Amino acid sequence: MEAVVKRLGVWALVLLAAIAAIALTPDSGFAVHMGIVALVAVILIVATVTRYDPMARAQGIFKMPPGPSRYDDDVIRWGVIATMFWGLAGLLVGVVIAGQLAFPWLNLEPYLNFGRLRPLHTSAVIFAFGGNALIATSFYVVQRTCRTTLAFPQMARFVFWGYQLFIVLAATGYLLGITQSKEYAEPEWYVDLWLTVVWLCYLAVFVGTLVRRHEPHIYVANWFYLAFIVTIAMLHVVNNLAIPVSFLGSKSYSAFAGVQDALTQWWYGHNAVGFFLTAGFLAMMYYFVPKQAGRPVYSYRLSIIHFWSLIFLYIWAGPHHLHYTALPDWAQTLGMVFSVMLWMPSWGGMINGLMTLNGAWDKVRTDPIIRMMVMALAFYGMSTFEGPMLSIKAVNSLSHYTDWTIGHVHSGALGWNGMITFACVYYLVPRLWQKDRLYSLRMINWHFWLATLGIVFYASSMWVAGITQGLMWREYGADGYLVNSFVDTVAALHPMYVLRMVGGLMYLSGAIIMAYNIWMTIAGHLRVEAPMGDTAHDAAADRPIVSPPHAQPAE
Amino acid sequence: MVNRRIDEPTGTETVGHEWDGIEELNTPLPRWWLYTFYACIVFSAVYVVLYPAWPLIDKATAGTLGWSSRGDLAKEMSAANMARQGVFQQIAATDIEKLPGSPDLMQAAISGGAAAFKVNCVQCHGAGAAGYQEFGYPNLNDDDWIWGGTLTDIEYTLQHGIRWDAAEQTRVNYMPAFEGVFDKAQVSAVTGHVLSLSGKAQPNPAGAQLFSENCAACHGPAGGGSPELGAPALNDAIWLYGGTAAAVTKQILAPRHGVMPAWSGRLDPVTIKMLAAYVHSRGGGQKAAPAQIETDVAQTPDKAKTDG
Repeated sequence: MEAVVKRLGVWALVLLAAIAAIALTPDSGFAVHMGIVALVAVILIVATVTRYDPMARAQGIFKMPPGPSRYDDDVIRWGVIATMFWGLAGLLVGVVIAGQLAFPWLNLEPYLNFGRLRPLHTSAVIFAFGGNALIATSFYVVQRTCRTTLAFPQMARFVFWGYQLFIVLAATGYLLGITQSKEYAEPEWYVDLWLTVVWLCYLAVFVGTLVRRHEPHIYVANWFYLAFIVTIAMLHVVNNLAIPVSFLGSKSYSAFAGVQDALTQWWYGHNAVGFFLTAGFLAMMYYFVPKQAGRPVYSYRLSIIHFWSLIFLYIWAGPHHLHYTALPDWAQTLGMVFSVMLWMPSWGGMINGLMTLNGAWDKVRTDPIIRMMVMALAFYGMSTFEGPMLSIKAVNSLSHYTDWTIGHVHSGALGWNGMITFACVYYLVPRLWQKDRLYSLRMINWHFWLATLGIVFYASSMWVAGITQGLMWREYGADGYLVNSFVDTVAALHPMYVLRMVGGLMYLSGAIIMAYNIWMTIAGHLRVEAPMGDTAHDAAADRPIVSPPHAQPAE
Repeated sequence: MVNRRIDEPTGTETVGHEWDGIEELNTPLPRWWLYTFYACIVFSAVYVVLYPAWPLIDKATAGTLGWSSRGDLAKEMSAANMARQGVFQQIAATDIEKLPGSPDLMQAAISGGAAAFKVNCVQCHGAGAAGYQEFGYPNLNDDDWIWGGTLTDIEYTLQHGIRWDAAEQTRVNYMPAFEGVFDKAQVSAVTGHVLSLSGKAQPNPAGAQLFSENCAACHGPAGGGSPELGAPALNDAIWLYGGTAAAVTKQILAPRHGVMPAWSGRLDPVTIKMLAAYVHSRGGGQKAAPAQIETDVAQTPDKAKTDG
C-alpha cells in the first residue's frame, strides 16, 4: 500500500510539473510536449489507482502468451510489435517525402513539408524501427547466449516504454518545428536528456545480464551489442551538449561552434552509422544467421579481428563527411584513410555471415528467411565497399552533396538493416508467440522480391541521379563558364525522383505484406499453401533427349 | 566446457564453445581478406606521408607533395582567370554600346553574362529569364522595358539596382496609391480605361478623363509609359503584376514596388557589362539610337505577359 501511495505521489508530481510548464511556457511546441508528458502521467495514475490495467488489455489485443516463460520475453514481444509499427510508419513517410521531391505541391505547409517530414522519416526508420529491433533482439540474444534471464526485468520494461516516449517526443517535435538542426540528432535538449536516462538503463540491463551469465565466454553477438550500446551513449552525450535558452522552452544552442560543431556532428553522424546500423545489426546477424542456417559461425578468428579493427577504425572516419569544406586538410586526410582501411574490417562481417552457410547453401533455395539474410549480407558488402570508395577525395568531389549519397545510404539501410531486421522478426514471431510456424512462408517470398526490386529501383535511380547531378554541377563550357544553373540540374533529375518513389512504394508494399503475415501468425492462423522449395515434378516432361534430330555435325 | 570437434561439411575444427546451440569454426583468416587489409593499411601509410595528415601542436604536417585544398583551388582559379584574361581586358576597354560592333567580343560577353546570370539572377528572374508574374519579377525576354532597354540602360540598372536603398544612384520611383483618392466608380472607370488601351475593354470617357488628369503625366497620354521615369507602358499585353481587371484595380489602389539589388561592388564591372549584354541579347534589346523616345510598342499578345 505504502509503495502504491509513493508511486502515486511521483506521478502526481510529474503531472503537476507538466501542467505548470504548459501554463508558463511561451513556446507552443514545448507546451504540446509537456501535454504528452502529462498524458503519460495520467495513464500511470489511472493504472495505479483503478483496477484497469492498460498493459494486460494491450497484451490481450496482441494475444501474448500468458504466464512466465523460461526467459523474459514479454518486453521482446513488445519490441517486435513496435519494430513492425515504426517500420511501416517510417517507410510510409519515406515514400511521402520521395513524392514531395518529385512533386513539390505535395508539401503541405507548415506541418507536413519536406523539411519537417525528412527528419521524421530518418528518425523513424533508424531510431524507431532499427532501435526497437536492436533493443528487442539484444534482450532476446543476451538471455539465450548467456543462459540467464534479464538482470533488471523492471528496468528493461522502462527501457522499452521510455524509448517509445522518446520516439513520440522526437517525432511530434519535428512536425511542430522543434529541432536542433543536427542531422540524426534533431531532438532538443530535454528529449536528449530523457534518452540519456533511458540509454543508461539499457546499458545497465545489458551489462547486468552479461554479468549474470552461466557461460564461461561471452558470445560474439554480445560484443557487438555492447560496443553499440556503449558507443551510442558516448556519441549521443557529446554531440548533444547544448545550453537551453530557457528551462521552459525547447530551443537550445550547441556547446560547439563553427567547424568544431560540424566535426562533432559528423563524428556522431558517421558513428551512428558505424555503431547503430553496423555493429548493432552485425550483432543480430551473428546470432540469427547461424541459428536459422543451423550451422556454426564460419571463423572465430575472423570475428575477433574484424570486431576490434572495425570498432577501432570506425570512430575516426567521420571527417570524410566534410571533404572540401572549412575542415583542415589534415583532418580530411585522416577521415579518408581511416575509411579506406575500414573496408576489410567491414567485409569481415559479411564473410563470416555468408560463409556460415557453408554446408547449407541449399537453404537459399528453400528457406525464404535465409534468402533474406543472404540478400542483407550482400547489400551490407556492397554498401561497405561503396562507403570507403566514396570517402576517397577524388570520388567525393563528384559525389558529395548529390543523390549518390542518398542512394548509398539506402542500399545500406533498405538492403542491410531492413532485410536483416525483417528476417529476424520472421524468425522471432513464431518462437515468441509459441506457434509452430509463420502464417505464410510464400508471403515472405513475395516480401523478399518486392523489397529486392524496390532497392534496385531506389539505388540505381539514385546512382544515375547523383552522377548526373555531380557532372552537371561541375560542367564548364569551352569558354570557362558554368553550363548549368542549379534549377537545370533539378529539372534533369525529375524522372529519377519518380523512379525512386516507385522503388520506395515497392519496398513499403513488401513491408505491408509482412505486417499482415505477422498479424495473422500472432492471431494463430496458418495459411493453406503449397510448401516452399518443392518444385512440381513432371515425369513426362523430364526425359533425356535420346536421338537429337538432324544431329549431323558438319565435317 | 571445451569440446572441440571436426565440423563434417567443411572439415574444419570448431573452437569448442557453444551458446544456445551456436558453435564457431576455427577457420583461419581468409588470405585474400588479410592481404587486402594490409594493402589498405600500406596505401594509408603512404598517403599520410604524401598529403597533410599529422596534427602537431600549432599546425599539421604539410605532406611531401605540398598539396593543399586552398592551393589547389587557387591554382585552378588562376588558370581559369588567365584563360579569360584577354577577353576580359578587351570587354573592359570597349564602350558598351560598341560591343555589338565586334560580334566575337559580343558573343564572349553574352556567354560570360549567361553564366553569371545562372548564379546571380535566376533566383528571381528564372532560369529562362522569363520572370515570375505572381511575385512581380519581370520577364527579360520581351521588348517592353520599364527603365529602358539599351545596353547602357540595362548596365545602369544592374549597377545601381532598383529602389535599392544602399545605392545612392539607384533607380527609384513610386506610384501614388489612389486608395481614398478615387471612389469606387472612379477606380472602376480608370481600370476600364487602362484595359481599353490594349483593347481589353471598351473605352469610357470618365476613365479617360481621370487618366489624363492623374496618370498621363508619367504613363503618357496614350499609356505608352516612360522609361526615364520608370513608368511602365500600359498599352500592351505585357503586365508586371497581371493584366486582369482585379490586378489592375489592386495596383491602382495600393501599388506594389519591386526591388532589385545594386550589383556594383558585388560583381566586377566586366561581369556587369557581360550581364547587360546577355540580358540585351534575350530578344528585346534596344539600340541606343538618337530617337529612342518611347514609341508605343506594337502589341505582342503571344509574348509572355510580364513587363521587362
